[in-house]
This record gives sequence, structure tokens and C-alpha cells, in this order.
Amino acid sequence: MNLTMLMYLIPSLIMFACGVYGFITRKNLIAILISLELMLNSVDLNFVIFNRFLFPGQLEGMFFTLFAIGIAAAETALAIAIVINIYRSIKKIDVSEITKMKF
Amino acid sequence: MDLTLPILILAIPITMFLILGLFGMKMSHKLAGILGILGMGTTMVLAYTVAFDYFFSGNSLFISGSERLQHTVFDVTWLQFSPRLVVNFGFLLDPICAMMLVVITTISFFVHLYSWGYMEGEKGFQRFYAFLSLFSFSMLGLVVATNIFQMYIFWELVGVSSYLLIGFYYKTPSAVSASKKAFIVTRFADLGMLIGILVLSFYMPTFNFIELTAPGQPQAVLASTGGATFLGGSVLTWALVLIFTGGMGKSAMLPLHIWLPDAMEGPTPVSALIHAATMVVAGVYLVARMFPLYLMEYQALDFITFIGAITALYAAVVACTQVDIKRVLAFSTISQIAFMMVSLGVARPEIHEGLGYMASMFHLFTHAMFKALLFLGAGALIHAVHSNDYTAMGGLRKYMPITHWTFLIGCLAIAGIYPFSGFFSKDEMLSAMYGYSTFWGVWMTFVAGLTAFYMFRLYYLIFWWDENPHYKHHRPHDAPWQMSLPLIILAAVSCVAGFIPFGELITWNGEPYHIHIEWVKVAIPSLCTAVVAILLATVMYRKKNSLPDKAAAIWPGLWRAAHHRFYWDEIYMFITHKIIFNVICSSIAWFDRHIIDGTMDAFAKVTQKTSYTIRGMQSGSIQTYVWWYLMGAVALAAITCWAIL
Repeated sequence: MNLTMLMYLIPSLIMFACGVYGFITRKNLIAILISLELMLNSVDLNFVIFNRFLFPGQLEGMFFTLFAIGIAAAETALAIAIVINIYRSIKKIDVSEITKMKF
Repeated sequence: MDLTLPILILAIPITMFLILGLFGMKMSHKLAGILGILGMGTTMVLAYTVAFDYFFSGNSLFISGSERLQHTVFDVTWLQFSPRLVVNFGFLLDPICAMMLVVITTISFFVHLYSWGYMEGEKGFQRFYAFLSLFSFSMLGLVVATNIFQMYIFWELVGVSSYLLIGFYYKTPSAVSASKKAFIVTRFADLGMLIGILVLSFYMPTFNFIELTAPGQPQAVLASTGGATFLGGSVLTWALVLIFTGGMGKSAMLPLHIWLPDAMEGPTPVSALIHAATMVVAGVYLVARMFPLYLMEYQALDFITFIGAITALYAAVVACTQVDIKRVLAFSTISQIAFMMVSLGVARPEIHEGLGYMASMFHLFTHAMFKALLFLGAGALIHAVHSNDYTAMGGLRKYMPITHWTFLIGCLAIAGIYPFSGFFSKDEMLSAMYGYSTFWGVWMTFVAGLTAFYMFRLYYLIFWWDENPHYKHHRPHDAPWQMSLPLIILAAVSCVAGFIPFGELITWNGEPYHIHIEWVKVAIPSLCTAVVAILLATVMYRKKNSLPDKAAAIWPGLWRAAHHRFYWDEIYMFITHKIIFNVICSSIAWFDRHIIDGTMDAFAKVTQKTSYTIRGMQSGSIQTYVWWYLMGAVALAAITCWAIL
């Protein structure tokens, strides 16, 4: 069986859609964060796929993905730190209740 | 001519105003009073010097042959609005100006001196002197104006000082409303004057009096308008009538006289200075100043004659029925100024060489002296009995001999009894009126008789009649020397001022006029009228009796109407409140509130409603935004796909 580009792209699309769905519907900050990672990873996957199938002689897509993974790790750490701080101050991580800085 | 004196005449009063106005509160009453009196005294001496120089030095600047010239001492650019529209500030010296300098400074000085006694211990004593100085400055600036715009500016300034001084007792509601009334009425009249000035200066591109009144100028104006008329009057007539409107306001001519009786709410020295001797004759002065222009077309002069004659009779009748002695004097002032106006109105070069002009200025001079005397006398009476009404007086001749004799001299002068000053000036005026038309002559002789009657009615009611029982508790006495001295001096002046050869000094064209009294035709009849009127007043008011009531009962309607000043105030109230406020203003207010404001309010309301409705969209919840964003993206994608396919 020969794998085509579309067979990679469809799971990536499903991953992205799951991420969007989770981002919109979840109330828990951690879950939102996970959904965000899911979207990011699906985009990373797209980079790799396009690089592999459309420009087989080059590596820019691969390396860009590696950078993105590295930066995503840092960003996640930052986000987790913020979530922990919020939890420490109001003992909650439900996004609908974090309204203190509104207006 | 040396510039120092003219500049100082204007500079000293304004400096005094600034000093007393700015630092007055730090001074004692005595210091402020002495400063004010000294300042005004110096100005008076300087003004006398200038007037003496002008009339008697024989300087070729002032007189050529026998004709007195108009001399511009200085004239500098003051306000330059545009290259063509320039307002100058200057000092014009001519016979009437020199005469007015003497009158204003003399009366002002005596009023300053008198106020030292009259206003003693009053709160705001320094403010009073500051305002008096401001008034003197404004009035002097008015009479020396070289151009009509400078005159207009000072005209407004005297209006302001009059307003400030009428409202001197600013805690008394009646004084406040009187000052407002004076301000509004005269300002209303000044609007007419301003329009007149603009019309005149539009056709004659100058404000300067000498250029305005130069021979040949007015004809050029009439030619330039091509004989255009408006409601039967030419441009010149309309301009002059409108300018005269300003004079009607200041000089309290019918129907703009209503402010003057109320202006008596001010302190009595102010009434003497502003509302009897100087400011109220500004209207007469204005007409006299522009007299050569008025001579070009007689319609404006006829208008002046008519207004003046009606006013003179009206005010004289009303004066016969008033209770407040200051109001009697106020109406008497209106009547006497109207006399001057009529005299100016009937002045024609072909009638006794323009005698009316000279007579009017002569009467202005003598009237200023004896009316100031009467007002200051009234002030002394009010000072003694603490009331303005003659009902609180009576039999005062024994208690206040100085006031009594000086007041009597004032009454004799205003009644026109030989040899007091009023006789001479009134005789010249009547002579001019008879020369113009017998009808106006007889009319004004009758008014002169009324004058004698109401003045002696007042005199007898104050000094004879029946002694007021109140005196047993509070014995009235003559005023202190600061108040008595001006009375005595002014009385002395009123005795001798008639013998001044006025015609040699002041005439409409500068040529001397030799006064001669027409005994048979004018003087004897008017003297007889005055004597009969005085005798009638003596019979009716010398001792307490019922004759006055009986006289009032002959025509009760007339008496009541005169007592209520022929309901002019009520008419004005009706027009302003019922018609202007209720009908015109309230409908305009409705339009403003409901249409103009309503439109704006509707805009605001719609915006507000909309924003309230949609403000939920900005929830701050990122998830909702993402949801909307996603939907938008999907919709966009769908539209794109549909468009492509």
C-alpha cells in the first residue's frame, strides 16, 4: 500500500479540528492548553508533510518544525506557570470564573 | 497748544479710579475721600485753565476774527480694524466742549466733597469714590471726543459707571433691579445709535466730527445715495434719527425715560452728578455736537422737537403728583432736558441766528448747576429725616435754614424767576420756540408754568405745610460743612450764572450772538405764568389744608394716571412679560427644547440603546471570540468555495 499526502493530511486535519473543538468547549485551563498543543502539533505535522512530499530535496520544513517544538515547550512551561499562579491565588482553574481582570 | 493739560484732565480721574479701585480697601475712609477730592479738585482747576485759555486767550488757534474755531489738540490712532476702519482717540476743543469741561468738573468736584459727608461711614466708601472717578473720566472722555466712535465708547463707559453707581447698595433688591433697568434700557437705545453710526460712516468714510460737519460733506452723502428714501426719510435723516435714539435713551426722552426715575435708588450725590447734571444731558450734547448735520435736513430736527415737547409736558404733569422728592426731581430733570431738546430742535440759522442752539447749551449749563443744587439739597433732607417721601417732612425751614434757603434759590432758578439763572436760559429757549412756531412757544410756556408749580409744591410740602410730629423724637438739623458748602456755592452760582454773556461764547457756528431779552413778547408772559403758578402752589400747599385733595378730585382719573406715571412701566411690563416673554420667547424656547435639543437627544439615545444592546458581544471570553472567528472563517470558506464552484 502506497501512502499518499492526503492520507497524512487528513489525520492532521482531524487533530486540528479536535484542538479547536477542545479550545472552544473546555472550561479547564489545562484542557485548553492541551487543545492548543494539539493544534500546534497538527500544524507542525503539516510542515513536515509538505516538506516531505512537495520539496523532497530540502529540509527547511523539518527544521522549522524542530524550532517550533522547542519554542512550544518553552511556551507551555510559561502557560503552566501562569495556570499554577492563578490556581494559587484563586484556587480555581475554571476559565469562566477567572474574571478578576475584566474591565 | 500744550498737550500736558488736556492729557492730565483725562489721566487724573482714571488714575484715581485705578488707585482707589485697586488699593481702596487698604485705605482708611478719610484717605480715600481726600484722594478723590484732591484728584477731582486738580482736574477742575486744569479744566478751568483750559476753558479760560480757549475762551479768553485770543489765541489764533481758537478764534479767528470773531469766529470761534474747533481745535483738535491731539488725535492719535487708537484701534485700527482695517486700513479704512480706524478709530482715533483725541481731544477736540470747541465752545461746547470747553463749557462741558467746566460743568462736569465743577459738579463732580462738589459731589466728591459732598459725598465725604453724605456717605460717611458707609460700607464701600472707597468703592464709591472709585466709581465717581471712573464716571468723571468717562464723561470727560465723552465730551472731548474727536470722533463719533470714541464718543460711542465713552458713551458706553458712562453707562457702565451709571449702572455701577445706581446699584451701589447692591444688597437692596430695588437698587439692583433699578441698575439693571437703567443698563438694559439705555443699551437698547444705544443699539439704535450704533446702527446710526454705522449707516452714517458707511456713506461718509470718516468718524471725525470736524470732517462730518464740514460744509459740503452731507450734500455729498445725499448725492451718493441718489436720493434713496426709506419710509419717506432719506439716508441722512434715518442715520440722524437713529443716532438721536441713543440720545433719547441717555437723556430719558419718551418712551425710553422709564429708567431715570428708578435710577434714584442710587445714593443722592450720584443722582445729582449723573442723573441730573451731566450724564443725562449727553443726549443733548450729542445732538449739539452733530448739529450742522442735523441742520441739513429738518425732518430729524422736527422729530426731536416733537419728542422733546411731548416728554416735557408728560414729565411735568407726572412731577406734580409724585410723593418721593427724588422722583419729583427726576421727572423735573426729564422735563428740563426735554426743554433743551426742543430748543435744539427748533434752532434754525434763519430764526434769530440759530438762537435755539445757544439757548439749549445755556440751559444745559444753568440747569446743571441748579439741578445739582436741588438734588444735593434733597440729599441733605434725606440725610436729616431718613426718608425719601415728603410725607415724612414738612415745616423743616426752622430746623434746616441753610438747606431751606439754598433749596429756595434752586426752586426760584428752575421756575425762571428774574434774576436767577434759570430765567435767562429759559427766556432764550422760549424766545427761540416762539420764533419757530407760536404753538410750541405757548406749549413750552405752559410747561414752564407747570415747572414752577411742581417745584414750589415740593418746596412748600418740605419746608412749610405741617410740622411732622416725628421731629420731637429726632430733631433734624443742617448737614455738616462738607455738604453745606457745595449747597451754598452752587446756590451762589445759580444766582449769578444768568448774567454770563453766553451768546458771546457759544453759538452753533462760532459767531458771537448778542443776547437781548424780549421782555414784552416772551419774558413778561413767561414770568407771569411762573408767578401765577407759584402763587397757586402757595395757596394750595403753604399750610395744611384740603385744597390739594379737592384739586385731585376734579379729575380723579387724570390724577391717578399721573400718579402712576401714566402707566408706562406697566405698559413695558405688559409688552416684555406678556407679549415678548410669554408669546415670542416661550414659543422659541419650545422650538429650542423640542426640535433642536430633541434632534440631538435622539442621536444620543439611539447610540446609547444600540451600544447597550450589542455590548454583550464584547464579553472578554477568548473562547467565544474563537468560536465567532471560526464561524466566520467557515462561512468565508463556504462562500469562497461556492463562488469558485
